[in-house]
Amino acid sequence: MSVPIRRRRLAAIALASVAVIATASACGDDSSDKSSGDGPVTLVVDVFGDQGFGYDELYRQYESEHPNVKIQERGKGLGLADYNTRLTQQITAGSGAGDVVALEEGTIVQFYPQSAKFVNLADHGANDLKGNFLSWKWEQGTTPDGKVLGLGTDVGSMALCYRTDLFKAAGLPTDREQVAALWPTWDEFIATGQRFATADKKHKFVDSATNFYNVVLMQIAGAGSGHTYYDKSNKLVIGENADIKTAYDLTTKMIAAGLSNNLQSFSNEWNAGFKNGTFATIACPAWMTGVIKGQAGESAAGKWDVAKAPGNGGNWGGAFLAVPKSSKHPKEAAELAKFLTSAKGQTEAFKKVGNLPSSPQALSDPAVVGSTNAYFTNAPVGKIFAAGASELKPVYLGPKNNAVRTAVENTLRAVEQGKSAEEQWQAALKNGAAAGK
Amino acid sequence: MSLDLHTAAPPGEGGDPHRRARDARRRRASLSRLDLKFSPYLYVLPFFVIFAVFSAYPIGYTVWIALTDRSPMNATISFVGLDNFVELLTEDPQFWNAVGNTFGMFVLSTVPQLMLALLLANALNRKLRAQTFFRMAIAMPIITSTAVVALIFSMIYAKEFGLANWLLDLVGIDPIDWRANRLASWFAISTMVDWRWIGYNALIYLAAMQSISKDMYEAASLDGASRRRQFWSITIPQLRPTIIFTLIVSTIGGLQLFTEPLMFTSGAGGISGGSEGQFQTITMYLLDVMNTRFRWGYAGAVALVLFLLIALMSLVNYLFARRISSDK
Repeated sequence: MSVPIRRRRLAAIALASVAVIATASACGDDSSDKSSGDGPVTLVVDVFGDQGFGYDELYRQYESEHPNVKIQERGKGLGLADYNTRLTQQITAGSGAGDVVALEEGTIVQFYPQSAKFVNLADHGANDLKGNFLSWKWEQGTTPDGKVLGLGTDVGSMALCYRTDLFKAAGLPTDREQVAALWPTWDEFIATGQRFATADKKHKFVDSATNFYNVVLMQIAGAGSGHTYYDKSNKLVIGENADIKTAYDLTTKMIAAGLSNNLQSFSNEWNAGFKNGTFATIACPAWMTGVIKGQAGESAAGKWDVAKAPGNGGNWGGAFLAVPKSSKHPKEAAELAKFLTSAKGQTEAFKKVGNLPSSPQALSDPAVVGSTNAYFTNAPVGKIFAAGASELKPVYLGPKNNAVRTAVENTLRAVEQGKSAEEQWQAALKNGAAAGK
Repeated sequence: MSLDLHTAAPPGEGGDPHRRARDARRRRASLSRLDLKFSPYLYVLPFFVIFAVFSAYPIGYTVWIALTDRSPMNATISFVGLDNFVELLTEDPQFWNAVGNTFGMFVLSTVPQLMLALLLANALNRKLRAQTFFRMAIAMPIITSTAVVALIFSMIYAKEFGLANWLLDLVGIDPIDWRANRLASWFAISTMVDWRWIGYNALIYLAAMQSISKDMYEAASLDGASRRRQFWSITIPQLRPTIIFTLIVSTIGGLQLFTEPLMFTSGAGGISGGSEGQFQTITMYLLDVMNTRFRWGYAGAVALVLFLLIALMSLVNYLFARRISSDK
């Protein structure tokens, strides 16, 4: 009988281990649940981008005002594409997302059909805050059926950042007013670039075709059709919308003039380009000032300056804060989102990383309007970007905007690599349509 | 534990102690019969539970999702039958581009990889000083992370300030834009794969070579066969089963090539594998469809077609292997 007994013992061990595994996995689920009720509440905030959102000090302030709240931030340093992929999965799965999550301007539309998975912030008094946001920003954060999906954090606005030392060496003016006067239009911007290129063979005028293209497209579409790849009924109109072709042609003209440094945006080479100072200008939404400072580093302090962009205003980028339904503490999370997106919170973030407020009160706050940026040769960034934001006309972005944009951007990179612009435009139409399907 | 229950006398049962003992014995016997019958299943259960959760269920779900238009952006899911597969096979040039890239890089990396591994193993099979050091050294690349390898190599192949272009410049060749040119990118990615896997395959070959009887080599040298002749006429034929094994493993790895081409570019749009998809592999396309276009149903179809392709290649390998072994 000894064999079966030993066996039985083994069976018991096996059963016990199965039981342990089962309890362990059951435990994993509610460990985050412990803090509900009156005990301390931990709120997780998900953000993206190399510089993050500049909220550290606001967190500390909020924690000291609400002793029962602890705040944890995730995602600083994570690119938008990776962040958005993860967030989409977490939202669809209904678990894993933070209590407060950032949605980007280009991706928020994608979450409209999933608004049932988000807390309607109107239930937490968000409608009273409508006047705290630029009206088009408020609209972007609201679903077509009127739910408040996200509260605006920042807007991109538009300007041009340039290297004064390279401009000087190439015999161009360096004063920001005179620089802005060089380029009332994008065509004149390209002409200026050609002047630069004849004087300076070592550096390029523009960082990359794609940054140039995105900024030009958003400006032209804002002044024209008011939408880009999708019309407002979410129909793909990449071939029909003349604004796209106009922006595309301007970009290929810029490439043909030999002005692009051909650096893939947000790549290691692009980052190295800032450090090594290989290009003289970059299209500059407000958040880009933070990127430049972060990438070019202290050694380039005082070499950059900011001037008005060609054309009239425009916007690229900006984000929202939303609260997923999966949050265990929706009430506390909504309060935190309201705090971070308040005029005061936005002003604070502007000071930290240069993200331009989307609140009219913050935009007229002397702390914003009167602010100068020491890194950018004391440029009055507040005035320049606030002016850009007030001239702003909103652009509607469709549900798969980022997928289509990536497809079009890739064809522009191919043009930079020496492929025919006409063929690549055809490829953009074809691949864009495939990506938006 | 419930398993000990049978040792306790059932309550309320009195009477004949002999009968009680007999009953207990019978019960014990039937329990141990049950035990014999079912406990083996219990022992293998953990594996199958994990297999069911992490393999069987996802596979089944993939088949189901491939027949629908599931997407996080659709409020409802509708059944579309084989539409995804029809679209994939008949009107998706990007998919076929990815298939071509995958096979191209597979050939470009596997052929030199296995040949170099064979030569390396042959060299290490001789009497060398610091033999263990060299044998360890060739295995080192396997323990480095693929992502790190890809990062370092993408710096080597950088367009500007890259080591590869600097070397080309030394011999007077114009710099190459490694990411723009299809063949150049395939070559660069193949070197990453090979750097990592040559040592691994060489170790396997080396182990197999050491089991070849020394008598054969002695006899051959007595007959005056050169080292080279011995390699081709003794070593290679004796290694056949091992070569087939490495070939199959490389096929599976090659068709699932992902990290190296993905990390070859950084920044926005890395999953597109180059401006014109020059080095987008099937697995990259799969993620492109799933994560940037959010067509989860269609991505399921891509995954299943990839599965069929691997099965097909394995069949080809099998037939190939049978031919070699019947050559003897």
